[in-house]
Amino acid sequence: MSDKTLMVVDGNEAAASVAYRVSEVIAIYPITPSSNMGEFSDEWAAKKLTNIWGIIPTVAEMQSEAGAAGAIHGAVQAGALGTTFTASQGLLLKIPNLYKIAGELTPFVIHVAARCLASHALSIFGDHSDVMACRQTGLAMLASTSVQEAHDMALVAHSATLKARVPILHFFDGFRTSHEVTRIQKLSDDDLRHMIDEDLVKAHRERGLTPDKPVLRGTAQNPDVFFQAREACNSFYDACPDIVQASMDKLAARTGRSYKLFEYEGHPEAERVVVLMGSGVQTVRRTVAALVAKGEKVGVLNVRLYRPFDAKRLLSVMPKSVKTVAVLDRTKEPGALGEPLFLDVVTAFVEDWPVAMPKIVNGRYGLSSKEFTPRMVKALFEHLAGSDIKRRFTIGIVDDVTHLSLPIPSEPFNVLGKDAHQALFYGLGSDGTVGANKNTIKIVGEQTTLNVQGYFVYDSKKSGTITVSHVRFGSEPLDVPFLIEEADFIGCHQWEFVDQVDMLAHIKKGGSLLINSVYSPEDTWKHLPVEMAQQIIDKNVQVYVIDANKVAAEAGLGRRTNTVMQTAYFSLTKVIPEEQSIGSIKKAITKTYGNKGEHIVASNIRAVDNAIANLRKLDVPSKTNGHHKRPPVVSPKAPDFVQRVTATILAGKGDLLPVSAFPIDGTWPTATTQWEKRNIALEIPVWDPSICIQCNKCTLGCPHAAIRAKVYEPELLKGAPESFKSTTFKAEPFKGKAYTLQVAAEDCTGCKLCVEICPVKDKSNPKHKALDMVLQRPLRDAERTNYGFFLDIPEADRKLIKHDVKSVQLLQPLFEYSGACAGCGETPYIKLMTQLFGDRALIANATGCTSIYGGNLPTTPYSQNKDGRGPAWNNSLFEDNAEFGFGFRLTVDQHRDHAKALVKQLSGQIGDQLVSAILDANQDDEAGLEAQRGRVVELKKKLATMGATVDVAHLTQLADYLVKKSIWCVGGDGWAYDIGYGGLDHVLASDKNINILVLDTEVYSNTGGQASKATPIGASAKFAMAGKATAKKDLGMLAMAYGHVYVARVAFGAKDAQTLKAFVEADAHDGPSIIIAYSHCIAHGYDLAQGCSQQKAAVESGAWPIFRFDPKRAAAGEPPLIFEAGTTKGSLKDYMMNETRFRMVEKMDPKRFALLLESAERHALRRTETYEQMAKMVVTVHGGTQAPATTEAE
Amino acid sequence: MDLSTTYLGLKLKHPLVVGASPMAGDLDQVKRLEDAGAAAIVMHSLFEEQLLLEQSAQQSYVDAFENANAEAMGFLPKPAEYQLGPNEYLEQIRKVKAAVKVPVIGSLNGVTNSGWLDYAAMIQQAGADALELNVYALPTNAEDNAATLETRTVEMVKHVKSKVKIPVAVKLSPFYTSTVSVATQLVAAGADGLVLFNRFYQPDIDIEQLEVRHSLELSTSSELRLRLRWLAILSAKVKAPLAVTGGVHTASDALKAVMAGASAVQVVSAILKEGPTWISKTRDEMKVWLESREYASLAQGLGSMNLTRCPDPGVYERGNYMKVLRTWSKASLGR
Repeated sequence: MSDKTLMVVDGNEAAASVAYRVSEVIAIYPITPSSNMGEFSDEWAAKKLTNIWGIIPTVAEMQSEAGAAGAIHGAVQAGALGTTFTASQGLLLKIPNLYKIAGELTPFVIHVAARCLASHALSIFGDHSDVMACRQTGLAMLASTSVQEAHDMALVAHSATLKARVPILHFFDGFRTSHEVTRIQKLSDDDLRHMIDEDLVKAHRERGLTPDKPVLRGTAQNPDVFFQAREACNSFYDACPDIVQASMDKLAARTGRSYKLFEYEGHPEAERVVVLMGSGVQTVRRTVAALVAKGEKVGVLNVRLYRPFDAKRLLSVMPKSVKTVAVLDRTKEPGALGEPLFLDVVTAFVEDWPVAMPKIVNGRYGLSSKEFTPRMVKALFEHLAGSDIKRRFTIGIVDDVTHLSLPIPSEPFNVLGKDAHQALFYGLGSDGTVGANKNTIKIVGEQTTLNVQGYFVYDSKKSGTITVSHVRFGSEPLDVPFLIEEADFIGCHQWEFVDQVDMLAHIKKGGSLLINSVYSPEDTWKHLPVEMAQQIIDKNVQVYVIDANKVAAEAGLGRRTNTVMQTAYFSLTKVIPEEQSIGSIKKAITKTYGNKGEHIVASNIRAVDNAIANLRKLDVPSKTNGHHKRPPVVSPKAPDFVQRVTATILAGKGDLLPVSAFPIDGTWPTATTQWEKRNIALEIPVWDPSICIQCNKCTLGCPHAAIRAKVYEPELLKGAPESFKSTTFKAEPFKGKAYTLQVAAEDCTGCKLCVEICPVKDKSNPKHKALDMVLQRPLRDAERTNYGFFLDIPEADRKLIKHDVKSVQLLQPLFEYSGACAGCGETPYIKLMTQLFGDRALIANATGCTSIYGGNLPTTPYSQNKDGRGPAWNNSLFEDNAEFGFGFRLTVDQHRDHAKALVKQLSGQIGDQLVSAILDANQDDEAGLEAQRGRVVELKKKLATMGATVDVAHLTQLADYLVKKSIWCVGGDGWAYDIGYGGLDHVLASDKNINILVLDTEVYSNTGGQASKATPIGASAKFAMAGKATAKKDLGMLAMAYGHVYVARVAFGAKDAQTLKAFVEADAHDGPSIIIAYSHCIAHGYDLAQGCSQQKAAVESGAWPIFRFDPKRAAAGEPPLIFEAGTTKGSLKDYMMNETRFRMVEKMDPKRFALLLESAERHALRRTETYEQMAKMVVTVHGGTQAPATTEAE
Repeated sequence: MDLSTTYLGLKLKHPLVVGASPMAGDLDQVKRLEDAGAAAIVMHSLFEEQLLLEQSAQQSYVDAFENANAEAMGFLPKPAEYQLGPNEYLEQIRKVKAAVKVPVIGSLNGVTNSGWLDYAAMIQQAGADALELNVYALPTNAEDNAATLETRTVEMVKHVKSKVKIPVAVKLSPFYTSTVSVATQLVAAGADGLVLFNRFYQPDIDIEQLEVRHSLELSTSSELRLRLRWLAILSAKVKAPLAVTGGVHTASDALKAVMAGASAVQVVSAILKEGPTWISKTRDEMKVWLESREYASLAQGLGSMNLTRCPDPGVYERGNYMKVLRTWSKASLGR
């Protein structure tokens, strides 16, 4: 950028850039979509960037948002200038401290990327439900409508709070503003110094707690004084709006960017005015401008300072001509008379409006980043001009139940300038499309006078993610925070999308389409689905073709096609002159890839040069000539709900579903991933039965349950598809039965974990294993049929399955085809758990990766067996999962005990034999469980014949609880080690039969790899960039300290038999159990196909000691701990050197790394020695004798 | 006793040089080596192929997950200091240079033309006093005949020489059809010295796992024989100074190498086994040996036993094999 005052950033960076430079202490904790503000701060601190006083702010990651709030409360009380960042649930956790900070009149700013709160479902996207939950805390609330404002209002907030002494919550819309990339005017350090009054800083410091001038705050007060003392702060709130406005004015005087607490725009004599906050303001502004230009008397009132609410100022800018006011709220308070902003506006009008009262109505919009477009705003203004105006309405959805929604026309309403260029790019997460577009935006934003805007939409899968980039350029301002509806250009970066995504629904007539195609232009035409070809003809689309995969591969970039497609885009659209753009791309490549090595730079430069030469125009024929039609989204065999709802969401048309389509309480069917055939694997494993030793280790390791084993009667092979493979099973008790290892070709992600696990090599050609990777496409159709046939083969009898690895893999997985990353190290454990206990499992799931691939729409991987049994699943929060599962257990036990009592009570009618069989049932194995299920059926039959008493009715309802249930609390290390540790500890301390599965990736994986207390020494992670200096918390040791808790630390890739034992023993242990499971993860930075060998290295090097601690053994006079890692064989350094997270530290600072390595070795040795000692210790029974459950009715 | 020697134009106090090995990766070790009297230190090789692999791995397993998910822009931090490429190696040269006074010789194994040339220049820039080109690559293509490969190497050396000012040595493999021809061409191309010979990672087979394993075993004195022969022949045929590497474990091994024509004696295994003090011990033993035999200086014996000067050159040549066998059989018969 020649102009140093300009920068291309997103909203998070814009806000953090100011917050960082005017703060001394920053307490952080990751939560989407605000994590990046903390990450930027951490990165800047690591780069030794200073604040305006020349000092590097201290950035501290805490164990939860509650912790961050406590820490920052302490910091500001001690006199530092402090800030923090958060969103959503994180903000809720901070509320208690917000009250305190406000009550103590402490200058402080919290920056919030406003996000939806979890209710019937979690959503990571933007709305105001989180900030609206803070309006009672006493914090001032300041809203930004754009990236530039997020920058400017951040400064206004930090400046005003010092004078006002009212802490300020500064917020902007999550994702829409926090993640939108655009060019803004940068505030210099001098601008910041100009705005931060040194005298006020001094005053703040002087109020800080110090023993040199001791005072006391945080007293407890009584009825005599609390009330009065609470009222003592009033004058500060009265003065606050003027102070904030004064800060805005001071900023305006310096920068020319003027802001008002309430800002009206539109017709001076408007009759219809919309009042709202946040990014939606920009959408309404642009629409109003377009409508006013057409002569309509409309306007918009932007509420910037929401608390303290300055009613007089609001009314002073409202045109007196107004007849209808629509207040739009981006939140929902079920049961309220109106949403909060509406109620405030009404109160303001009622109290002080000088002329005839307008009609004031209230609408909800934009929940969870629901699109809010000029089309909708126009429809709203039309509605407000009508005679039958809804008092309460929603906008942006179709509510066919309570009929609150306003009708929206389907044709777009363009508010952009004539020269605005709009482009859509459809890519895969892994092909680098979004990164390239960010680069493009930087190039144009930094090298031309054009305005730029980029917004990126991702699906919720972690493998094979489809990304859509919305990119705009134009000479007019691009404060247009809504998705592109009519693109000038569409880039289809993956050929498969032509069959999957209706891209051309969003193209302008005469627009350009660039397809990454393996075919020549002519053949491309033949291979396009006819639906798409017809759209091309109808909309007169200009079509260009490039074989980007070939160009990229030849340039040495593998499947990274981004540079090729980016070059082709510049060449076709000439957004900037081609010569300049090519040079700029190359410059950008050198800058972006400079630290990734000269080969990567050279390869990308080669790709640029070859891209243009390979770009071809397709002469569009006048009619379609292919016979290829788009395949249906889901199989016609799918259930009705899946056809109606799931398929619509899968097709990318979920916005069109009306309210009536949805469950009213967030309840969704399980077993729906089976209908989503993603076909994302380039290669799939192919089985060679002739050399397979039938160990089933491949199926154990498969993260997606996409390779499965079955034993069955050989006669079932009659009618098998031609290419269906089978052999004779060799092990008892199924010896002689037919055996098949079958790949779900369309569900496999191609991670190769199974092939790497496979221990069998062909003796004359060891390169060939019992599983080899082969191109998927040619096999797809045959394998689809084979897999269908395979699924119809009955499952093996669970009663005959022994608890060894080979046998349990014959059990049906009830967790399948999740959206987890290819090669995920977590899902094999979950899958194993569902194989063993899924038909009687309740799962409490902490928020994180597990809840995203486990419970994110559109489809659900938890599935059901042929009897319709399977895991029941729910996600409460991130921080309370152990408690949540504890609640499950309390209820299950309560129901069971109630049922038992009723069985006893009704024994006369039920019959003594059945009663004692039920009450004395041994349910320790599958035979026992099956027998008990049989007895319950018998019991229910009996009950049906008995009189309709309350007891009979209750027992009928509760009879199923007589069958043992298995409760599992599942989550990651962020939950178990950090935010949820308090609750987890409490549950471990209990005597309840709960199983806790900790999938330990050693970082917060879901939010992008931030350090947790599980992060090992020497590993680089976000918030611990230089390599974590302290040792990993030994959660297993802490749990063992109780004595009565079953504890196991496992790594299936190292010792699968030990893992299996741990699961079986944990379930069998009648008390709390915890399994800490090594989970390799993309955040470790290596090829996850090697995940299992890396697990082995972890165990053998002492990095991950595996053990099982069973209190039962103590009771038997044996040492309860079995330490199974043995003495360390491998080198810790060798293990660490395989992963980027460690290697990075070595590269950055070899000396520091050497010290960390030495320390890691010492810790590993200490742990190993301690465990070895403990494994020899026979201890007196400790907590092993449990008092009889007090809840059991006698 | 003057043990000094000149190798690649570098004046060395004595011929004992630390050969290319991981030892140069540890600064403390480097200082210990100097303290123990090492005359020069050869760095471990910069392997272009390894850099290439690391860069593509980064692209496939780290970068591919950036900007691919709504909740995370990436999964690892992106510190500016984390740079892939030769920097780590170059930085180590700088540090070693700063830590010691003795000459430091860089070592390079390239795969591409630009790799050889660019990295050679960077190694010079980083302060290396000389450069050793580790030219070994294993040809497995039928189309690559000896002449093509040799020409390629010679051309590469020519290019590197035109690009850098520091002296350049070429480390040879012992497997040329005509070692003298190749050596002559290399010296004509500008090589300032030759190093005999590279010791390679030798594959081994794990018959249980059906895997190929490779590891580098420490050398033994018996490996010196091959080198003595070629030192003797080449020192008579080419002008450039020679260094021996592989098989020197004792003072007498070192003396043999010098007598066969080695201006420098590179040692790795013996130091790894016995520690840096091996250098001073061996140097002193050489000194004692030479003094007791009344040599004027080490230089007096340099090349004394080479092809042109030794009393029985035939032993180095073809008859050698036969003769050794006969001697051996005679001796055993005599028992």
